[in-house]
Amino acid sequence: MTAGILVEGVGKTFHPQEGRAGTPVRALEGIDMVLPEGAFVAVVGPSGCGKSTLLRMLAGLLPCEEGRIAVMGRAVEGPVTDIGVVFQKPVLLPWRDVLGNVMLQLELRGRDARAELPRAERLLAAVGLDGFASSYPHALSGGMQQRASIVRALVHDPPLLLMDEPFGALDALTREQLRIDLEQLWLESGKTVLFITHSIDEAVLLADEVLVMTPRPGRIERRVDVPIPRPRGLDGRSHPVFRTIVDEVTRIFLDKGVLHGTGERASLLGAQSGGKGS
Amino acid sequence: MRAMLRRHGGAIGAFLVLFLAWEVLVRLFGVAHYLLPPPSVVLADFARRWPRVLDSTWVTTFEILAGYLLAVVVSIPLAMAVAYSRWFERTVYPVVVFLQIVPKIAIAPLFIIWFGFGFTPKLLLVFLLSFFPIVVAAVAGFKSVDPEVLDLGRTTGAGPLRLFWRIRLPHALPEIFTGLKVGAALATTAAVVAEFVASNKGLGYLLLEYNGNLETGMVFAVIIVLSLVGLAVYYAVELIERLTIPWHVSQHGDATRPGTP
Repeated sequence: MTAGILVEGVGKTFHPQEGRAGTPVRALEGIDMVLPEGAFVAVVGPSGCGKSTLLRMLAGLLPCEEGRIAVMGRAVEGPVTDIGVVFQKPVLLPWRDVLGNVMLQLELRGRDARAELPRAERLLAAVGLDGFASSYPHALSGGMQQRASIVRALVHDPPLLLMDEPFGALDALTREQLRIDLEQLWLESGKTVLFITHSIDEAVLLADEVLVMTPRPGRIERRVDVPIPRPRGLDGRSHPVFRTIVDEVTRIFLDKGVLHGTGERASLLGAQSGGKGS
Repeated sequence: MRAMLRRHGGAIGAFLVLFLAWEVLVRLFGVAHYLLPPPSVVLADFARRWPRVLDSTWVTTFEILAGYLLAVVVSIPLAMAVAYSRWFERTVYPVVVFLQIVPKIAIAPLFIIWFGFGFTPKLLLVFLLSFFPIVVAAVAGFKSVDPEVLDLGRTTGAGPLRLFWRIRLPHALPEIFTGLKVGAALATTAAVVAEFVASNKGLGYLLLEYNGNLETGMVFAVIIVLSLVGLAVYYAVELIERLTIPWHVSQHGDATRPGTP
């Protein structure tokens, strides 16, 4: 099995800027992970647990001083270029229409954008943006903007897609639809995906494997396999395994004090975990 | 300003009412024309003596354009240096910011000592007044690029030049144009002040001369011509803005227009 991503013993400490007051912050501690090629892996954790830091290090946007990262079989030393990245904000350029924003990816790579127009149009259609190619970002809803940014991350056909809370700023219904569309897109493309989210449901519904991260310092607390058959679409939630896994992840967060619950379910999960933990 | 232009009709009406009231009140109260001439007298004076005003207009307009273009040509590369070089930001920029506080008009007499009565001191004062707002706005523009867009750029492996042309420059343009428009508005003021201080031609000189002779009608005529010159320069910059960054104008110009250009 070739590894899409290989992470060994990675840690990260942010030091205060030179000449400024502050204490160093330990953002990541002892991160190990393997993403097999073609896998869909989600990292779930609360804000500030270091999951975005981890993604930025995988993309080579932050230097890795501790441990080892390899992406698509190559050690990461600078920005990794055979990837597509989707951020929480769509970060579309307001002066380019949807197609222009998608083509930016190719232009920045010095590739012939015109030659790949059919591919871009196919991808736009796949995410329901056909007919919006010449619309400008400010005329689009947040969901449509994020769809365009997903197409931009795929148009150069990268083997690996890194997604940093891509649906975090969207309303619940749009989120649901985009999740379903993303699964479809992934099933058709067979790319390796690392998906970062703070939504347990989203992580479980999308991924083959969920990495549970807890903060201060950010570490991977547990890996959980998700054996729900695909395509999951809207049915994922009604699969019996779904609830079990969501509970398992919730319990970890209760245990670690990330979540504080009241009510029967919380005490049930809390009690279970107390029993298991000791 | 732009909204006013679009509602052309209302503005023209308001001006007509203003001039009419001016005319009627001056005549009604019998105000001496050397104190406040009615618009009809201003118009008549101007109609009689416009060739001289026109000659001066070219002189002043040339000073404005030359000084302004010099300011643009110097300030934008300087802003780039400040935005992209830490060294420039720490050494040159604080000096620029400090100099901005100096009342530039107070320097005008110095320019006379240094450069005499000719074209140079006018050029320099126009340059000086338009320069600072452009630098400050352009630095802000070049520095305000969303770091995530740059991250995206870095994952494409694009070089700094490509990132500049495709991302940094277009991103900075709206703010640069804000500075360019402020600079354009100041350029006219600067040219007139420079001519006040010492000159033998130009609209500022003409204004002083008519003022000294109590030819108040011509004073008003020159003020109106000056305003028109200033307006023309300003709208020329705005026209260039509309042509250069239509996406920005359409986005922020008018909420009542449909969003997609």
